[in-house]
Amino acid sequence: MQQQSIHTHQFKNGLMLIVEEMPGLQSAAFSFLVPAGSIYDGPGKNGSAAMLADWITRGAGARDSRELTATLDNLGIAHSQSAGSENITFTAASVADRVTDGLEIFADVILRPHLDEGQFEPVKLGAEQSLIAAEDDPQRRAMVELRKRSFSAPWGLSSDGSLEDLPNISAADIRGHHERCFHPNGAILGVAGNVDAKAVIEAVGQHFGDWEQKDGTVVEPGDRGPKRTFIEHESAQTHIGVSYDSVSFPDADYYAAWAAVSVLSGGMSARLFTEVREKRGLCYSVYASQSSLKHEGRVLCYAGTSNERAQETLDVTLQELKRLGDGIDESELQRCKARAKSSLVMQQESSRGRSGSLASNWFFLKKTRTLEEVRQKIDALTVDSILEYVRRRPAQDFTVLTIGPEELKVND
Amino acid sequence: MQFHQHTLDNGLNIVAESNPDVHSVALGFFVRTGARDEASELNGVSHFLEHMAFKGTERFTADDVNRIFDEVGAEYNASTSEEVTLFYGAILPEYLPQTFELLSGILYPTLRQNDFDMEKKVILEEISMYQDQPMHVAYEAGMLKHFSGHPLGTSILGTLESVGALTAEQMRQYHADHYQAGNITLAIAGNFDFDQIVDLAKQHCDHWPSGTLDRPIHEAKPQGGISIVTQESRNQQNIVQMTPGPAAQDELRFAAEILSVIVGDDGGSRIYWDLVDPGLVEFAELGYYDYDGSGSYMTWLSCQPETTEENLARIQAIYETVNKEGVTEVELEQAKNKVASRVVLRSERPMGRLSSLGSNWVYRKEYQSVADDLVILRGLTLDDIRKCLDAYPLGACTTAAVGPLKGLQID
Repeated sequence: MQQQSIHTHQFKNGLMLIVEEMPGLQSAAFSFLVPAGSIYDGPGKNGSAAMLADWITRGAGARDSRELTATLDNLGIAHSQSAGSENITFTAASVADRVTDGLEIFADVILRPHLDEGQFEPVKLGAEQSLIAAEDDPQRRAMVELRKRSFSAPWGLSSDGSLEDLPNISAADIRGHHERCFHPNGAILGVAGNVDAKAVIEAVGQHFGDWEQKDGTVVEPGDRGPKRTFIEHESAQTHIGVSYDSVSFPDADYYAAWAAVSVLSGGMSARLFTEVREKRGLCYSVYASQSSLKHEGRVLCYAGTSNERAQETLDVTLQELKRLGDGIDESELQRCKARAKSSLVMQQESSRGRSGSLASNWFFLKKTRTLEEVRQKIDALTVDSILEYVRRRPAQDFTVLTIGPEELKVND
Repeated sequence: MQFHQHTLDNGLNIVAESNPDVHSVALGFFVRTGARDEASELNGVSHFLEHMAFKGTERFTADDVNRIFDEVGAEYNASTSEEVTLFYGAILPEYLPQTFELLSGILYPTLRQNDFDMEKKVILEEISMYQDQPMHVAYEAGMLKHFSGHPLGTSILGTLESVGALTAEQMRQYHADHYQAGNITLAIAGNFDFDQIVDLAKQHCDHWPSGTLDRPIHEAKPQGGISIVTQESRNQQNIVQMTPGPAAQDELRFAAEILSVIVGDDGGSRIYWDLVDPGLVEFAELGYYDYDGSGSYMTWLSCQPETTEENLARIQAIYETVNKEGVTEVELEQAKNKVASRVVLRSERPMGRLSSLGSNWVYRKEYQSVADDLVILRGLTLDDIRKCLDAYPLGACTTAAVGPLKGLQID
C-alpha cells in the first residue's frame, strides 16, 4: 500500500480536521460531520435534522438560495448535504484548487444560514412528498422499518423523518435544532485530494476558528421495536428484512464480524447469493450487510421474491445465516481478503471516498487509520478467529419484517 | 493519458486509454446488441443472455465464474440497454491476465439447459421486482408508447410471458447471430501495457467468429399520446414524458445535453426552482438520452396525484418559454462550469472513463479525451442551443402515468 500523508489538527474550539494529501489526483473533496443528526430530533419531532439539512442551504451569509447555488455551480463544486442518525454531513468535491472556496462557502452555510421563514413551508412540503413517495417503494420501506426494529431508539428511527411527526415540527423547532446541535466540539472535517495540508489547516482556521463551543446533548439508547412484523401490501413481490446482533464499529471484534458477513454476502460467490439465487433461483436481490454504529451493531439482510416462493426464501436465508458457525472454508476467507485489498487500493483513486473515510474513522475511533493498518487487520484474520467469533456471537434471535400480501412463518 | 487502438483480424475493436498514475485498470466488452435488436418473439433475450454469460463456459462452471472474479477482488458486473450489452470489471493491474481470460470467456457461454431453466426464475423475479417500482413501470410504458412501431419501443426486461416462453435454442441462435467479433468493442482504461492487451486479445478472442451486424437506425417518428396505468394503491403519481431529441450521431447532441442541465438538472435548473424548490413535487427532472439514429428528451415527475395536471402545465410553460426565448448567457456559463467539473471528477477513476471510451467507439468510431470533451463543452454557444431547439423543441409528445389517476388532461 502506498505511503499516505495524513495530517490531523484540532482547533481550540474543538473542531477536528484530518487532511490527506493525494498529489496524484486533480481533485479534492471534503466531508464535514456536524453532530446534529436525527438522534437529536427529540420526541415527536422525528424529521427535524432532515428538514434542517434542506433548509440550511436555502440562503447563507451574504447570498440567498439562488446565489448560493449559482456560486457553487460556477466554481464546479459538486455538493450534497444529508442527515444521518448521528450527524448532518456536508460533502463537496471539485478540482483541487477550488476546495478552499468551498470551505469558505460552507462556513456560511454551517455558521450563518438564513433559515428564512418564507422557505420553511417549501422545506416541509418537500419532506412530506418524499415520505409519501417512500411508502410507494416496498423494498425501501422494508429496510426503513427493519432498522426501526433493529437499533435502539432513536438510532433506529428513519433519519428522513416520519409522516406522523411532520405536522408537529415548527420552524422554531428546526432553528432550535441548529442552535443546540451546531457546534465545533464534536464536529469533524475530513479533506482529501491534491491539497497542501498546511494551507488547508490555515483556511479552516480562518473560516471556522471563531465558531463557539456549546455543551453537547447526550442521548441515551432506548428500546428497539418488535421482533416480528408483517405489513400487508399489494405488491408483486414479498419483501423480507432480517436482522440480528453484531458488534459496534470500535469493537475489537469488528473485523471478524465484517469477515463473517463478507462470507455470507461479500460478492457473487458468497453464500447467500449462491444458495438463494444461483442454486434455487428464488430471487433477484438478496444480501446481508454489516451495519455498525458507535455503540451497537447489527447485520441487516434483505431478500425480495415472488409471493408464492417467499416462505422458502425466508427459510433458506435463515438457514444460511445459522449455518455459518458450522464451518468456513479457507478459500472463502481468501476471497474476502482479495476483495478488501482491491477496494482499499482503489480508494486511493478517490478523493471523495478518502475524505469520507477520514471523517467517519475519526468519528468512530477518535483516531486516523491508514489503509495499510486496515489491510494488516484484514490480513491477520484466520478461519479459526472468524469461527470463534461466530460461535461466540451466533446469528440468532432474529428480527424479521415482511411486506407483501401474506404473512410468513418464521422458522428459527 | 495515451490513446491506443487495434483491430483483430476477426474485426474485434480494441480501444484503450492508458494512465500510469492510477492504481487500477477497468475493462469492458461492449456488445452492440440489446432490446432493439430482438424480434418480438424473443423479447427479453438480450438481458437474459447477459445473465447466462455468468453461468459459465466449457472451461469455467458457473461457480468458477463468480469465484474467480471474487478471488481477484474484481468490481464487476454487466448491463443491458436498448442498444448495448456490456460486461465489465475493474481490478488491480496484477490480475489483468486471469480477469481478461474470464471476462472474454463468458461472452461465449455454454448455455446449458438446466442453467437456463434456473436463471429464467431469477429473471422472472427481476421483472416482478421492477413492477413494484412505479417510476420503472412509467418508463417502460412511456418507451412502449413513444417508440411504438420502432425498434426502440422494445422492453429491455421483456414480460413474464415473453421471457417465460423463451427457449434455450432460441437464445443460442440469437447469440450466434449477434455475438460476432465485429459487433464487439473492447475498451480499457487505466494502468496497463497496451502490448500485453493486444497479446491477451489475440490469445483469447482470435477464435471468435468474425462478422458484424447491421441494425436499422432510421430516426423514430413518434406519434405520441397518453398511456395511463392506474394503480390505486399508490400514493404518488409517477410520470414520464418523452419528446424527440438529437441522435447519438448528431452534432446537436452536445447542445441538447447542456440544455437539459439548464432546464431540468436535479439542482439549480429552471424546473428545480419552479417545482422542486417550492415543494410542489417530490421529484422533477429533464434528461437527454441519445440512441443509434434517434434521441429523446425525458421529463420525470413524481407528485401528489391531484396536483399532476397543474405541475405538468408548469413544466410545459417552462418548455414553451425556452423554445421561444432560448436560455441566457448566465445560465449557459453556470451549466458549463457545473458539467466541466462533473466530467473531470468522473474521469479520475478508470471505471469512470470506461463508459465514455467504449460508447464513443461503439456509436461514432471516435476517441475523445477528457480535454477534447472540455473543449467542446467550453465552445458551446447560445446559437448552438438555438439551433438545437429549432430542430428539436422541448415538449411532451408522449406521456406515461402510473398511480391512482384514471385519466389525465394535458393541453
